[in-house]
Amino acid sequence: MAKIKGAVVVDQERCKGCDLCVVACPTDVLELHPREVNNKGYHYAYMKNPDDCIGCSSCGMVCPDGCLTIYKVKL
Amino acid sequence: MELCDIIKPENLVYKKPELMNDNPMHYCPGCSHGVIHKLIAEVIEEMGMKEKTIGVSPVGCAVFAYNYLDIDWQEAAHGRAPAIATAIKRLNPGKMVFTYQGDGDLAAIGTAETIHAANRGENIVIVFVNNAIYGMTGGQMAPTTLEGMATSTTPYGRDIALNGHPLKISNLLAQLEGTGLVTRQSVQNPAAVRKAKKMLRKAFENSMMGKGTSVVEFVSTCSSGWKMTPAQSNKWMEENMFPAYPLGDLKNVD
Ligand SMILES: Cc1ncc(C[n+]2csc(CCOP(=O)(O)OP(=O)(O)O)c2C)c(N)n1
Ligand code: SF4
Ligand code: SF4
Repeated sequence: MAKIKGAVVVDQERCKGCDLCVVACPTDVLELHPREVNNKGYHYAYMKNPDDCIGCSSCGMVCPDGCLTIYKVKL
Repeated sequence: MELCDIIKPENLVYKKPELMNDNPMHYCPGCSHGVIHKLIAEVIEEMGMKEKTIGVSPVGCAVFAYNYLDIDWQEAAHGRAPAIATAIKRLNPGKMVFTYQGDGDLAAIGTAETIHAANRGENIVIVFVNNAIYGMTGGQMAPTTLEGMATSTTPYGRDIALNGHPLKISNLLAQLEGTGLVTRQSVQNPAAVRKAKKMLRKAFENSMMGKGTSVVEFVSTCSSGWKMTPAQSNKWMEENMFPAYPLGDLKNVD
């Protein structure tokens, strides 16, 4: 069976830490950074579990600020 | 496989639409306005209409919409967007013209302009963002505020005896002979986003085919006004807004 692997690039300065991408991800890849904040003071999203990303774009679609760029490969 | 092997232009599957520029948006974290802006940008881009689209931005949180989408815009006085859009479309029938309005803008101060533009069947798209509150001015009661819903002007909840009923203005607009498409959508999860985009595209296409006024209502959240996190707001919307404002097409004439 072909395996799919994805990757999410977060525009961390644009991110407002709203958490909607974290909730939308079906494989629990994303998290708001528990310590680091961006210049606006928001805990930005990052890939906590990059190995689990399937590149489905669910996070990208619900992000109100267009912070996410998503890539996908079939192995 | 390393991330750097995946992150290559040929593997790109999703990015912010090009029509949406890099200006940071002033909306609160998690606000539905941002997702709706992206959908409008995607639809205009995919239709190849970016040079031919004119948006009319309202008074309300979306007052600065013109800063974020690189198309032509006209600002309207509070509630007057459908009147401005009428003039723009009549003078430039080849342009794709839409208004972008909140519930306070469209269903309170702008009720007359909205109803009459729709009744005349102006070939415009009305994007109606229903977050059941006046977001920009600090969360006051709007015509669409739900029964019992607490706002800054109804701290004990909307009282029907005092404040009247939540105004289902899209249902009203669907009754008018001038409207061809009236649909109610939302953007809280990927499935809803996909569906909403499909209907938004149909609305824009109808406006260019002379099929009368198209209304796309987005049942939306205002986390700041509702005093919840964005994720809680989405859940609250599903549980409380959807029963009062059920999603789906109210009118879809082919
Ligand atoms: C003629 C006029 N009256 C009142 C106002 C004040 N005002 C600004 S925004 C707003 C309400 C906007 O609410 P809504 O349309 O629901 O949009 P939201 O901010 O929730 O997106 C009001 C009453 C104004 N700017 N102009
Ligand atoms: S949805 Fe967008 S703005 Fe919100 S936390 Fe995720 S990347 Fe940041
Ligand atoms: S006040 Fe409400 S509607 Fe306005 S930007 Fe904030 S969340 Fe959005």
